[in-house]
Amino acid sequence: MYKNLKVYKWIINLSLTIVCLIALFPLISLIISSFRPSSELIRRGITFNVNISEFSLSNYNYIFVQAPEYWQWYMNSLIISGLTIVLSLFFSSIVGYALAVYNFKGRNLIFLFVLFIIMVPFEILMLPLYQLMVDLQLINTYTSIMLPLIVAPIAVFFFRQYALGLPKELMDAARIDGCTEYGIFFRIMMPLMLPSFAAMAILQGLTSWNNFLWPLLVVRSNDMFTLPIGLASLLTPYGNNYDILIAGSVMTVIPIVILFIFFQRYFVAGLTTGGVKG
Amino acid sequence: MSATSATSKNKQNKLMKFLNSKKVVPYVFVSPFILSFLVLTLYPTIQAFIMSFQRILPGQVTFVGMSNYDRIFNPTFYKALQNTTVYMILTVFILVTVPILLAIFLDSKLTKFKTIFRSALFIPSLTSVIVAGVIFRLVFAESDTAVANQVLGFFGVDAVNWRYNSWSAMFLMVTLASWRWMGVNVLYFLAGLQNIPKELYESAEIDGANVFQKFKNITLPFLKPIIIFVSTISIIAGFRMFEESYVFWETSSPGNIGLTLVGYLYQQGIQQNDMGFGAAIGVVILIIIFVVSLIQLLLTGAFKRSDM
Repeated sequence: MYKNLKVYKWIINLSLTIVCLIALFPLISLIISSFRPSSELIRRGITFNVNISEFSLSNYNYIFVQAPEYWQWYMNSLIISGLTIVLSLFFSSIVGYALAVYNFKGRNLIFLFVLFIIMVPFEILMLPLYQLMVDLQLINTYTSIMLPLIVAPIAVFFFRQYALGLPKELMDAARIDGCTEYGIFFRIMMPLMLPSFAAMAILQGLTSWNNFLWPLLVVRSNDMFTLPIGLASLLTPYGNNYDILIAGSVMTVIPIVILFIFFQRYFVAGLTTGGVKG
Repeated sequence: MSATSATSKNKQNKLMKFLNSKKVVPYVFVSPFILSFLVLTLYPTIQAFIMSFQRILPGQVTFVGMSNYDRIFNPTFYKALQNTTVYMILTVFILVTVPILLAIFLDSKLTKFKTIFRSALFIPSLTSVIVAGVIFRLVFAESDTAVANQVLGFFGVDAVNWRYNSWSAMFLMVTLASWRWMGVNVLYFLAGLQNIPKELYESAEIDGANVFQKFKNITLPFLKPIIIFVSTISIIAGFRMFEESYVFWETSSPGNIGLTLVGYLYQQGIQQNDMGFGAAIGVVILIIIFVVSLIQLLLTGAFKRSDM
């Protein structure tokens, strides 16, 4: 029996180690490859036989010195993700909060709509929305890129679940002290909901940072590209832009990984939101 | 002068009182949602159906009846449907079975460094699909010095032209998706495993149950709701797939080996500017997703109350 356990222990830990190495391999090899000359990278791909003597910072040098468009994309992505986080957290939290703490006519219907939007695939709405953006002359603007993410049903749902657990007695106490309903939310309940804000900030930020299909439709000019669109524009059959692509990819993903290391708990809560049971 | 300011102050007070009444406040709070629901969901949903019966040219929209739908069922569409279905089945299978196994390993008291393993598995989900595509294109490059072909070479297999064969194209898309979503699904199952009372396993051990009996009779039934949940989102995500194909071939792959339903929608609706036809493809995708999810939920008995 004891011997058996030891064998199990080995099997489990060894297989987990192997799976994790496979999971991390692509990102590690991306970082290592970013130091290889891009011409060699196109010719040989990511390979086990790396020649350390060829390592240099030339890709990074190129991107910092000769690729101002990359930094324009970076700025666009930062601004869009930042605004999306602020706006969508504000709008989604007040809706989720109201659905949780108030009894009002139409509440269940509205909650049903929230679930409905979660279920409807965005791809179906895409063409009519695109046409709407054309009609409103919003094509190629930050507004059009952000709009579908501003009131996020999944965030509304998450905030509602979280707010259901808030102590309602606090609200009555505040009312007696003459606090308005808005004051109750902003001064008392919102601070109590901070962990849910952290989780949703990460979910919305990451969704926006990595968003691809919708920006691909509404973005027209190079100076409005977000990072994923800009990087994808370099993935052409004739492309030899691997210097920007590879160093640019590293700088797109590594800040997120660093944030993850510091805020793991909120990343996990945010990215597994779908699993919250009602 | 002072009289008017007094009445305006009075009016302001009344407005404040009105806005602060418990009858009105909830509607103020939910108003952004109602607005966005009407403009960004309800209107486009209805519009999608209307557009699917139209031919849309700049400044000229004509009603064409079922003609868009008559055109849909062509060989290219069937190729897209076939690719998408195969992709969906493979990803659902892989992204349910492997994460269950990994979650059981991670949950075991024999496992060391649980947090490190869990984080390592989770990190790929932070990667944007484009960055993942950049890496996968280089790992699975045509050159026989690239990692994937090096591994094949180690086993004495000839180098593969990954992006130009039908089977390897599917392999690339499924691998990329599995790599990115494995860790998130592991977390779902891990949460499920932690809800199982440990005494159940102990009493089963006393009764002499082996590992597989314990898995079949305790673990699986407890994980059933999560299996249903994960497979449902994987089915829907499978039919919505676009980006995993785009990063390898943009929108045109040799012989359409990477074409998906949404890819076909994008190609026709945006690139060919045939919005009516694109909308019709969208409606068909919606119907397919609805029917398949319904069948799946019926088969797994998700509607029986006792299971949930």
